[in-house]
Parts: sequence; C-alpha cells; structure tokens
Amino acid sequence: MAIMGNPKYQDRIQHHLAKYETKRSAVMPLLYLVQEEYGWVNQQGIEEVAQILDLDPTQVKSIAGFYTMYSEKPKGKYWLQVCTDLPCALRGADEFHAWLKDELGVEEGGTTDDGMFTVEHVMCLAACDKAPMLQCNFHYVENLGQEKMRELLAQWRAEAAQPAQG
Amino acid sequence: MHILLRGREIDDIDKLEVYEKHGGFDGLKKSLAMTASEVIDEMKASGLRGRGGAGFPTGVKWSFIPQHEPLKYVTVNADESETGTFKDREIMEKNPYQLIEGSLICAYAIQAKAVYIYLRGEFWDIGTQLDDCIEQLRDKGYVGKNIMGSGYDCEVYTHLGAGAYICGEESALLNSLEGYLGQPRVRPPFPAQKGGGLYKEATVVNNVETLANCPFIMREGAEAFKAIGTEQSAGNKVYCVSGHVKKPGNYELPMSTTFRELLYDHGGGPLYDDRAFKAMLPSGGSGPIVPLTDEVLDTPMSYEHCANIGTIIGSASIIVMDESVDMTWVASKVTKFFEHESCGKCTPCREGTYWLDKVIDRILDGRGTPDDVQRIADVAENMQGTTLCALGDFAANPIIHTIKHFPDDFAQHVGAAPAGGD
Repeated sequence: MAIMGNPKYQDRIQHHLAKYETKRSAVMPLLYLVQEEYGWVNQQGIEEVAQILDLDPTQVKSIAGFYTMYSEKPKGKYWLQVCTDLPCALRGADEFHAWLKDELGVEEGGTTDDGMFTVEHVMCLAACDKAPMLQCNFHYVENLGQEKMRELLAQWRAEAAQPAQG
Repeated sequence: MHILLRGREIDDIDKLEVYEKHGGFDGLKKSLAMTASEVIDEMKASGLRGRGGAGFPTGVKWSFIPQHEPLKYVTVNADESETGTFKDREIMEKNPYQLIEGSLICAYAIQAKAVYIYLRGEFWDIGTQLDDCIEQLRDKGYVGKNIMGSGYDCEVYTHLGAGAYICGEESALLNSLEGYLGQPRVRPPFPAQKGGGLYKEATVVNNVETLANCPFIMREGAEAFKAIGTEQSAGNKVYCVSGHVKKPGNYELPMSTTFRELLYDHGGGPLYDDRAFKAMLPSGGSGPIVPLTDEVLDTPMSYEHCANIGTIIGSASIIVMDESVDMTWVASKVTKFFEHESCGKCTPCREGTYWLDKVIDRILDGRGTPDDVQRIADVAENMQGTTLCALGDFAANPIIHTIKHFPDDFAQHVGAAPAGGD
C-alpha cells in the first residue's frame, strides 16, 4: 500500500497540511504516517512525503535521519526502548536493560528471531520517578521489574497470537 | 496549595466541566476584558520568570513582541527532555486545560494568530489527549473564531517532535516546527523579532509550566502570585526529584523552599538508610553538580540563592546521588547524553562531546592517565561559550564541576595520588 491515495490516511494528511503556514512543516507528522503504514521509514514512504510536500526526497530523508523516533530499518512488532539515562540508572535501569536483552536473547538494537521484540536503550523519557521504565511502540510502561516484565512479555506474545481483527 | 499540580487536589480537573467549575477560563475571560498591554503589565508585575530553565521574566519577554506586526505566534515548549525533568508531563496529563488557557492568555497579550504546542514525540499519548481538549474547547467557543465573544480569533495546534533533546532549544524548536533540521539558529534576529520567530514572524516561546501559571495570575492578580516565594523568585515551582531518595516524584512548593525540606520532608531522605547523600544535580544533566553539604541543603531553592552555591535552579530537576556513586561514572552518563543529543552544527560541541565521551570511557576502563583528567577539563573549558546554543555549555558542566568537587573520584581510576590524601 501507500499513504498517498490511501483512504486510511487522507483525513490526517489534510489535517496536517491545513494546520501549518507552509507545506514543509507537515514533514514530521507525515513521516509518522509512513512509519504507521510500513512499520519503518522506507524509501518509498520518503518519496511519497516528498511528492505530497513538493520537496526533494533527500530533504525528507535528512529529516527522517535526524530524529531517533523515525526508524530507518524494520523493527520488531513490539519496539522496546529502555531509558538508561542517569536518573533511571541510579535506580537499576542498566541492570534491567541488560537482563531484558538476556531474557530475549538479543544484542543492543537487535530483534528476536520471531520478529516480536526489538530492544534498545534511549535517552531520558521524562519518567525518572517511575524507573525502571520503557517505551513500547511509543506508549510508556513504568515501575518495571523482572517479574512484571515477564508478565508483559507473555501478554504481548498472547496478543500477537490472536488472529487480526476484521 | 497547588497552583499547577491541581490534579492532586481536585479529582477530574482534566475534564472541561470540572476545570470550569474551579475557576477555569476565568483568567482568560478577565484578560479578554482588558487591553493586550494591560495583560502584559499584569504579567510583568507578577514577577513570573520562565520555568524552562533560563528564568527570564515572562512579561518582559512578551513585551518584546512588536505590537504593530500583523502576524505573530505563540509556541509552547513541551519538548521536556532535560535529564531528570518530568514536571510538564504531569501538568499536561492531569491539568491540560490550564496549559491551554495560559497559552491563550499569552496569545491574546501579544495578539497572536495561533498557538503551536511542540511536544516531544514520546509524549504521543499526551498529544492525542491535548487534541481532544482543543476540539472540546473549539466546540465551547474558547478556541477559534471570536473567543468568548471578544472578537479575538486564535487557533491552537499540537505538533509532535520525534526524539531530539535539541528541539527544546527555542530556535531549534522553531526550525523543527517549520520542517527543517532541529538545529539552533544564529541570533539575532531573536524569536521575538520579525525575521526570527516561527515562519519569520515575531514569536513568544514559553515553557509549559510558565504558561500554566498565567491563569492563576490573571484570575487572582499579580499581587497574589508575588506574595509567594521571594522578591526575585515569585510563585510556586514544580520540583522533580529523582535518584537516591525514598519518594521520587514531583513536588510543587513555593520558590525559596530549602533543598533540605524538599529532599527529606517530601522526598523521604536517602533511599538506603545506611548511605548518606553525596551530591545532586539541581537542574538536570545541564547544570553544575554540587556536593550535598549542610550548607547546600539549607539553601533556599530560588534563582538568587542557588547562584550563591555555584549552581542554578534552572528547570528544578533534582537528581540525587548517594555515597555509593562514583562521580566519574556520573560524568560519563551525562556526557553520553550530550554526545548523543548534540545536533552536530557547531564544531566545539559536536567534536567536544565525542572526545569527552571517548576519554572518560578510557578513564573508567582503567586505561586513562592523570593527564586524561586534565585533558577532559581542557576540552570542556574550550567548549564553553563557543557554540550557537547552550548545549555546548551544558555538556561542559558535568565534566568541569565533577572534577572540581570530586577530584578523588577521578584520581582512583588513573592511579594518581588522591588530592590531599595521606
């Protein structure tokens, strides 16, 4: 599929184009739509955004490359980003991060063989009082420990095993 | 009394009808009945200073906007990315209408055409929540055309960043919002000037907490606000406490409350009873670290008093470390943050943070020499004052001040005799 001409995205594209003074300002929200559609920011998506905004694909790609939340390669179904910055690290986040990679058998930034989980560390997520914590597909999961994390992994595996709705 | 974290006192204040019942939009209503310059005068009289970290007087900032310019903007800095800072998040999650009301008061005071709330991308869920709030406000006539029958029009929009600390720097934020790389601009022109703001129009950029104070000031009057805190540091502040305390969290207290009261009475004291406090970073990763001595603990948390102990209150993101913590490791952690977040535009910051990280790693690995400690101090000093934005200075702080206050923590890794040791 695509985001251009895809009915799923037309309202949102129009909303973002309308809210700014210039088309170019919509580049960030449109890149999020690309990521939603393809699971990562691929070349096709970059070219579509460039075409919608009358930009050169190189300009769009430079924006995508500058920010960490645009993924330049496919990720697991659950993209787990553990904060290991100073305040979280003072409360055990480095150990938690190492344990999680071990538990899932992945290296930093790696994805499990079944394509379920990608684990990486990130900089401060503004949740320092609820460490250890992580962001799963941009939603916060806080006050974690090994036991709670094992339950969540099991829950996400079960969710993924459900047949897709519709 | 909470002015900002009112969600802790009033259930469901994140619902519009509850917010309205508790004085919500009275401040905006009062503002709309005044002239724009009267609103700015009230803000100046309140003594409110910017809560993002710089502490610049808010009313003065607003008064820099040229009134004759036809097109002006307000940009809300909700990029909250400073290590140890999580106050704006609670304000927006639990008391979102107060931020929007404050933004509209600012917008009216400078006669802005629109407000853009720039959220860090990780605040995805808050962005959705604020979009819902804005729609409800539009339906009830608080946003859009002819706000509350005043004849004043203003739109409010959200914009999500995508993971870049530098976008909390106001000129980088504006670039990012315009769809360019989030890198700082050369100033002048400043954002408040024609040519320097959003889409080259005069723009006020204010932090979430700053704007969330405005409804109280307009509703209760500048004097009521000024009665809290000190002459130079008026009002309440939300202090974010993290690290080695029993009860980390946000605490809203008058400015000039002491560190001791915050860390012991509210934070519950040291996390482990058998370990004493060693140091704190009072303004996240970017401000100077200080040892937690009795003198420091008894210092009031105000702009002026923190200067006396060689640090800043800044965003009031207080990261506490106990005696088990090696300050070389702290310097390494904070340096890795800035190395990752340097936008790459200015050479001293891009290269400086890279080499600082490399050399500190070498020191921590036991491969460093006593010269290396001097080397990182020299690199850090050469970064200060040589970059377009403050990130270069911020990145120098953890090195310079950890070495200054805790030389033995570095000496132990490089085989040097401890300073003053026996």
